[in-house]
Amino acid sequence: MEVKTGTWTEKKGLAQMLKGGVIMDVVTPEHAKIAEDAGACAVMALERVPADIRAQGGVARMSDPELILKIMDSVSIPVMAKCRIGHFVEAQILEALGVDYIDESEVLTPADEAHHILKHNFKVPFVCGCRNLGEALRRIGEGAAMIRTKGEAGTGDVVEAVRHARSVIGEIRRLTTMADEELMSYAKEIGAPYELVKETKELGRLPVVNFAAGGVATPADAALMMQLGVDGVFVGSGIFKSGDPAKRAAAIVKAVTHYRDASILAEVSRNLGEPMVGRTVATMPEAERLAGRGW
Amino acid sequence: MKIGVLALQGDFAEHIAMLKRLKVETAEVRLPEHLDGLDGLIIPGGESTTIGKLAVAYNLMEPLKLFGQRHAIWGTCAGAIFISKDVGRDQPLLSLMDIKVRRNAFGRQVDSFETDLDIPELKQATGTDAPYHAVFIRAPIIESVSGDAKVLASISDGRIVAAQQGHLLATSFHPELTNDTRFHEYFLSLAD
Repeated sequence: MEVKTGTWTEKKGLAQMLKGGVIMDVVTPEHAKIAEDAGACAVMALERVPADIRAQGGVARMSDPELILKIMDSVSIPVMAKCRIGHFVEAQILEALGVDYIDESEVLTPADEAHHILKHNFKVPFVCGCRNLGEALRRIGEGAAMIRTKGEAGTGDVVEAVRHARSVIGEIRRLTTMADEELMSYAKEIGAPYELVKETKELGRLPVVNFAAGGVATPADAALMMQLGVDGVFVGSGIFKSGDPAKRAAAIVKAVTHYRDASILAEVSRNLGEPMVGRTVATMPEAERLAGRGW
Repeated sequence: MKIGVLALQGDFAEHIAMLKRLKVETAEVRLPEHLDGLDGLIIPGGESTTIGKLAVAYNLMEPLKLFGQRHAIWGTCAGAIFISKDVGRDQPLLSLMDIKVRRNAFGRQVDSFETDLDIPELKQATGTDAPYHAVFIRAPIIESVSGDAKVLASISDGRIVAAQQGHLLATSFHPELTNDTRFHEYFLSLAD
């Protein structure tokens, strides 16, 4: 029998298995165990959470492969890792390590200011950030098998994740009411491949799984994003920069499953200890914002 | 007929879409009371550790075990792990089927694959001769079956990827990610 690996169905399919779940940023194997025990459906292995990348500054690059391998050895759930935008050699290295998903991420310092990685060239699937429908479809056009909102990573302020999710989902809602002859000029207007615009209209949703990311810090934030219509949630700094990571992680997992049940949300939100301190995005200088990275 | 899909985590929406294509009434199951009035249940793909923890936290373990004694249950991938008796590590299991399962048996995501399977029971039940195209994602294998459990499908090297025990079904692949409704039809025949 013929056996095929690295197909589009396989790449997209793993993201479908993550739906309704929480993907957590971890910087040590111990964090990864805490995340798995709390019910995370995957972890993102990295050296510094976005809040620390912000605080420490400097060039943010792919993490040390040694750390990524140690985290892969410590848990049974899928492990993701980040490479810089456009840095296809970092992506080749992550693929060689055997990570389950690569995040071509604006949280790291971009390596290319005009181009993203041609992700169709890889067997390993990629997730990419977006702020609107055009950006999401450009990334899918390059081969991203999963999309997430960018939000504003490392702030604990959910406002940008909400803005980006509302933008993508609202634009899809308008797209579904357009006449077929309007699609070509709409594709031109938003800078997206025509075929993907057409497919999105037919499906009434993005052709791949769409998670929220960038600023989720509480169970209520996570449920808010789910009610807005995303398929699952990434939590970066929000867990391990809080007072009681294990408890907060488990609460956010429950909130994503029971996102419409306000009495369960009230129950899981009780006594979680200190949330991450956070930074208000509205008063943040433009130069410090990460979401503008990506083309 | 009304079929529930365990909606704690995973690709439950894909199973619901398949069932809707077959004109079956569906329900999402997140709490024990959601099992009331169902004729069968699908446990979807996802992460078995996540699904297990949420099932324990919301007191679903005993109600699911009782449900499986009287009604059809089908576990796909993570669901096949959750319905099994033994997975070789400590995690919550329903222990309904006499199968031993090994998680991530083919390796990591880059080793995930698609292939055609020959499943005589499926051909017979649905009256078609086409091979079954199966999608495996970080898939488990069924290391062994015992008791009343029987092998339904194997890949070419002989490793077991589907098993049945009366009205209970386990597949290490994902029929909900294909356009082929035959496996869902086969499950509905067990639930009837």
